[in-house]
Amino acid sequence: MNYNNTNIANTKVVLEIKDLHKSFGDNHVLNGFNMLLHQGENLVIMGKSGSGKSVMIKCLVGLMEADSGTISVMQNDITKLNQEALDILRADIGFLFQGSALYDSMTVRENLEFPLRRHIKKFNKTVDTEKLVIEALENVGLVSAINLMPDELSGGMKRRVALARTLILQPKIILYDEPTSGLDPITAKEIIILMQEVQKKYNTSSLIITHDVDCARVISDRMILLIDGIDYAVGTFKELSTSQDPKVKAFFKQ
Amino acid sequence: MLVIGNIKSKLNSFLIEIGALSYFTSRFFKNAFKRPFEFKEFLRQCYNMGNRSLLLVGITGFIIGLVLTLQTRPTLMEFGAVSWMPSMVSISIVREIGPIITALVCAGRIGSGIGAELGSMRVTEQIDAMEVSGTNPFKYLVVTRVLAATLMLPLLVIVADAVALFGSYLVENTKGNVSFMLYFNQVFNSLEYSDMLPATIKTFFFGLAIGLVGCFKGYYCKKGTAGVGKAANSAVVFTSLLLFIIDFIAVLIADIFYEL
Ligand SMILES: Nc1ncnc2c1ncn2[C@@H]1O[C@H](COP(=O)(O)OP(=O)(O)O)[C@@H](O)[C@H]1O
Ligand SMILES: [Mg+2]
Repeated sequence: MNYNNTNIANTKVVLEIKDLHKSFGDNHVLNGFNMLLHQGENLVIMGKSGSGKSVMIKCLVGLMEADSGTISVMQNDITKLNQEALDILRADIGFLFQGSALYDSMTVRENLEFPLRRHIKKFNKTVDTEKLVIEALENVGLVSAINLMPDELSGGMKRRVALARTLILQPKIILYDEPTSGLDPITAKEIIILMQEVQKKYNTSSLIITHDVDCARVISDRMILLIDGIDYAVGTFKELSTSQDPKVKAFFKQ
Repeated sequence: MLVIGNIKSKLNSFLIEIGALSYFTSRFFKNAFKRPFEFKEFLRQCYNMGNRSLLLVGITGFIIGLVLTLQTRPTLMEFGAVSWMPSMVSISIVREIGPIITALVCAGRIGSGIGAELGSMRVTEQIDAMEVSGTNPFKYLVVTRVLAATLMLPLLVIVADAVALFGSYLVENTKGNVSFMLYFNQVFNSLEYSDMLPATIKTFFFGLAIGLVGCFKGYYCKKGTAGVGKAANSAVVFTSLLLFIIDFIAVLIADIFYEL
């Protein structure tokens, strides 16, 4: 079985995971997971719930410590960075959390300003916080919600504000943890369209975790199936969806 | 045997908890002196804590003052010592009852609030989101809350003491026709620095304990909504236990100084 033939394969690698292991006690979640993300690519990772997708992505940004394996982000081995360097690197990585993770004691504006507290240095000195906030909200079509609290927003709006908060630092890589989970199909589609627009506008590389087959079909350049803690199958949507492997087939049967 | 085994395992997990809390405390002190200090968040927490507990602490203090005076009155009358009432009430309130009752009320109000808030922030990944956006969540969330609780508790105790004494005065005024001036003159005559100082120092530690345990339980909250409830609940239980232990130690130390 060779799934490894894509045309993006020649461009620069921005993320690389090699032989990643992670266990919680006796629960061996990741058992040697490998992954490559190329510049400008949309890589979709699919896996059953509880298969360790979130654990993998959290190891990627240093929120969890891997047991073994190497993780490099734009040629930096993140396990070897000190806190300062890690923070600076993180400004280039956007992370959209599974449940939006908006700060619920803050308004939408304050939510968006929060990442700027630390990373305003990333922009040139004349940049205006207010302008950045407005621009990020314009990208997701929610400028009117700027003074609302998160609990006044619908699930779809929350996801968009979270996306705006992710975009405000203009990251080079965006990690999406189940961006459409818990949303109705129409709202989910809107979020997918938004993700595609963002990709075009800022030319980001994206790692998208999902178990939504429609989302994967529309957005993926390449896919990895995470099964039994490893990168069980790699390939384009077309290759994987026509695979004869029963474990792979199970994902596409609807 | 079963009971003994049960107690043993409870004690064991209590000691493990104390160990983890000690580590958390050392982490707090390390982070507390790191710059920049999150002054705005600190003030916001002070305001929230004061605002949320002031009324409750006031009412509790008032009732304690009333009850203490009403219940002691007949006994003192038997000995013809009703005139001792202000000094007796003021010493017991300022030394012991005011601080411990206020701390217990605040353990329920502030401690559980912190536990639930940080717990739900942990469960909904808000703490992770802070971390990836380059803000140290320990400093932003924990240090500010613990310092705010440490500062606010002594202030709340002062309020509780004052209201309790006022409650006591009301009883004396209606039952014994004692004037405001006379009553509080006696109160301040009987209170000495040796009463005030240890009691006040103790309240800082009460505040520290409430803040630390609330944050500790919330920060390491288990996933799931059940985890948040458990964090809030065990914050109150654990803090209350700790408050009595601190109180006991404080009384022992104060006692040594009295004897000198
Ligand atoms: N902090 C943690 N402590 C213990 N076990 C965890 C922790 N985080 C995740 N797990 C376990 O790791 C497994 C994978 O979880 P996760 O990555 O969240 O799954 P998903 O693929 O649905 O995102 C689950 O069995 C979960 O119980
Ligand atoms: Mg997940």
